[in-house]
Amino acid sequence: MSDAHAHDAGSYYIPHQSPWPVFGSITLFTLLLGAVATLNDWFSVWSLLPGFAMLLLLFFLWFGTVIRENQQGLYNLAVDRSFRMGMMWFIFSEVMFFAAFFGALLYARQFSVPWLGGEGTKPFTHLLLWDAFKGSWPSNGPAALGPHADGSFETISALGLPAVNTAILLSSSVTVTIAHHALIAGNRGVLKFFLALTFLLGFTFVYLQAHEYHEAYTELGLTLGTGIYGSTFFMLTGFHGLHVTIGAIMLTVIWLRVMKGHFTPQRHFAFEAVAWYWHFVDVVWLGLYVFVYWL
Amino acid sequence: MAHATADHAHDHHDEPAKGITRWLFTTNHKDIGTMYLVFSLIMFFVGGSMAMVIRAELFKPGLQLVDPVLFNSLTTNHALVMIFGAVMPAFVGLANWMIPMQIGAPDMALPRMNNFSFWILPFAFTIMILTFFVPGGAAAGGWTLYPPLSIQGGDSFPMLIFAIHMMGASSIMGAINIIVTIMNMRAPGMTLLKMPMFCWTWLITAYLLILVMPVLAGAVTMLLTDHFFHTSFFNAGGGGDPVMFQHIFWFFGHPEVYIMILPAFGIVSEIIPTFSRKPLFGYDSMVYATASIAFLSCIVWAHHMFTTGMPLAAEMFFMLATMLIAVPTGVKVFNWTATMWRGSLSFEPPMLFALSFLFLFTIGGFSGLMLALVPADFQYQDTYFVVAHFHYVLVPGAVFAIMGAVYYWLPKWTGHMYDMRLAKWHFWLSTIFVNVLFFPQHFLGLAGMPRRIPDYAVQFADWNMVSSLGAFGFGLSQIIFATVVIKCVKGGAKATAQVWDANPRGLEWTLPSPVPYHSFQVAPEVK
Repeated sequence: MSDAHAHDAGSYYIPHQSPWPVFGSITLFTLLLGAVATLNDWFSVWSLLPGFAMLLLLFFLWFGTVIRENQQGLYNLAVDRSFRMGMMWFIFSEVMFFAAFFGALLYARQFSVPWLGGEGTKPFTHLLLWDAFKGSWPSNGPAALGPHADGSFETISALGLPAVNTAILLSSSVTVTIAHHALIAGNRGVLKFFLALTFLLGFTFVYLQAHEYHEAYTELGLTLGTGIYGSTFFMLTGFHGLHVTIGAIMLTVIWLRVMKGHFTPQRHFAFEAVAWYWHFVDVVWLGLYVFVYWL
Repeated sequence: MAHATADHAHDHHDEPAKGITRWLFTTNHKDIGTMYLVFSLIMFFVGGSMAMVIRAELFKPGLQLVDPVLFNSLTTNHALVMIFGAVMPAFVGLANWMIPMQIGAPDMALPRMNNFSFWILPFAFTIMILTFFVPGGAAAGGWTLYPPLSIQGGDSFPMLIFAIHMMGASSIMGAINIIVTIMNMRAPGMTLLKMPMFCWTWLITAYLLILVMPVLAGAVTMLLTDHFFHTSFFNAGGGGDPVMFQHIFWFFGHPEVYIMILPAFGIVSEIIPTFSRKPLFGYDSMVYATASIAFLSCIVWAHHMFTTGMPLAAEMFFMLATMLIAVPTGVKVFNWTATMWRGSLSFEPPMLFALSFLFLFTIGGFSGLMLALVPADFQYQDTYFVVAHFHYVLVPGAVFAIMGAVYYWLPKWTGHMYDMRLAKWHFWLSTIFVNVLFFPQHFLGLAGMPRRIPDYAVQFADWNMVSSLGAFGFGLSQIIFATVVIKCVKGGAKATAQVWDANPRGLEWTLPSPVPYHSFQVAPEVK
């Protein structure tokens, strides 16, 4: 309580002095220097460990402070609105991050691969370098990059595991909504059950995705190095999988807070923020399912 | 709810904390604004020193000071330092200081995140400056990081990529904070169309930042995986395309140039009415023009790529869309001029910088219009004409607006008037030398001198020497700027709340100078 900035009841809460932002910056610095050291072969991959340890600590301490302030009732509705807007724009920035990779996928499919295959008004790359290359999709390019000596690779059928994963993510969106309604209705039992179900579905998705990756690498000849198809496939599904993992961890944390008795039917911004994030991850998946697996 | 805190309503928190923790742990928008501005000034001199070496090398033909690789590293890092280290943090610093005061808010909406977005920057630039000392030297492929050249870098390559990731994260957090502050923290009665133009231009800039910074993060991530994890985004052999990087990069890069100029428009729209003693002419049209420029800036990116062999239809589209930007920009220039029409003008340092901005930015705008023409651009591409163009919009454009803003609000921040005579010396020397520096580069470019080269044909010798002399003069003049600021922070004649006898409008002038640590504890009523 001592570090709470004094204000009239109902006025906007401004925290006074916080060590976490500077600690966060040092954490990022350590983590990324560790990544540099790993990539440049200065040290082993263990150089990432201090950064990740600090990151974990940072989350515990910073979020711990925010949760404590919230439990003390320091946040009025205006603060709540700031958090909502902040989360919304954060999710929008995530959307634009994915847009870069979707853009790369569409550019490759619509322009670079057909042009390499001789389409368009500038056919000389095709004629002079790779006149045997057919610009069709999926493609690992005129050099037929990939792990197989003959350059062949297979893709993952949209109707197999990806369809199951679509069903899983869509149901998890339903279960989190049921949990939300239960929270508003004050029905904590239903809330606990459906929230747990949501993150379990999330982790199941991640497990199945890992299984799919394993099959792609060991049997299909589909890797990050399998030309532009492999690049877009793994970067899009990989970043999505990372976001599902983060989302599922966030849902787990929210569930633990529910178990501790946090949140009221009126005030539960953290729950809603995580639910929004979860829906965002879901929508990205639908885009992936259509443009990466299906079409 | 918050009644637990009501009993120590007048405790020690109205005063800043003592010692270094005040700056490390602060959540105060003024402290953070100050740190941003100081950081920006330091980076301005770091990037400026690189420019001095560049111009010294180009003083005469032949190689004399630095080897070509270091020269290329200096051009690359000069750009990155100036863009991400000097101009953008200066605008965020001004936003931090002024936006809460202009809209009548107690602070920024998300104060801890505010400090986070600042403190990321010194660490990001530490990583970037360290690249000069690793095997292979700093990145030398140009700030645009075009593959395949950029991904052939040595140990500096992942360092630069991660530094850019950090700068991007900082910008996104800063932008979110500004949007939330403006949308949620305005005083009662401060409707959107009553907001000062500086707030409006920053609001729109913040939307642009959230729209494009993540795309830059995606682009550099693809560079990283192409280098380390065998992806083929920019490798034609794998079905990718190096030109694809240019599309993704400029989808960020073009809005980025407006990110660096829209807040400058806002500043000029504050200064000119004050020293014309008239309200801003066409306030509403200013708002709409800003929004139109922001929208158009998102659909013109490929005008940076006219010579890459795009389909004709794309060249036509990007040419016409680019020229369209001249319309809302013209509206702005007209409005500023009309504000001064029959005004009672006075020429204090902020006004001098704003006027210089008006003339010299417009020159940069016109050379931009020339570059927008596809057939003409085929000749200008990658020449010094381009260098002259973007330095005209960035130096006497963005940087002069920042200096004007500092001269406008410095007495409000410090409570002291600064040395007007010295500030006017700074202004005149800067304005003269900036033209000596950059105007001849138009001639060099039209004569065919390519950019990013340490040596050149003797026919370019004369104007390069003139340009270098201008550069040294401009660089030295900036020491006056630092002197004026430092002297003003230390002391000087007391400033009144109004500061200027021109009776400036805006909530910030209702507060005493210097402004108390917490500006609006109780929200003011705006009529």
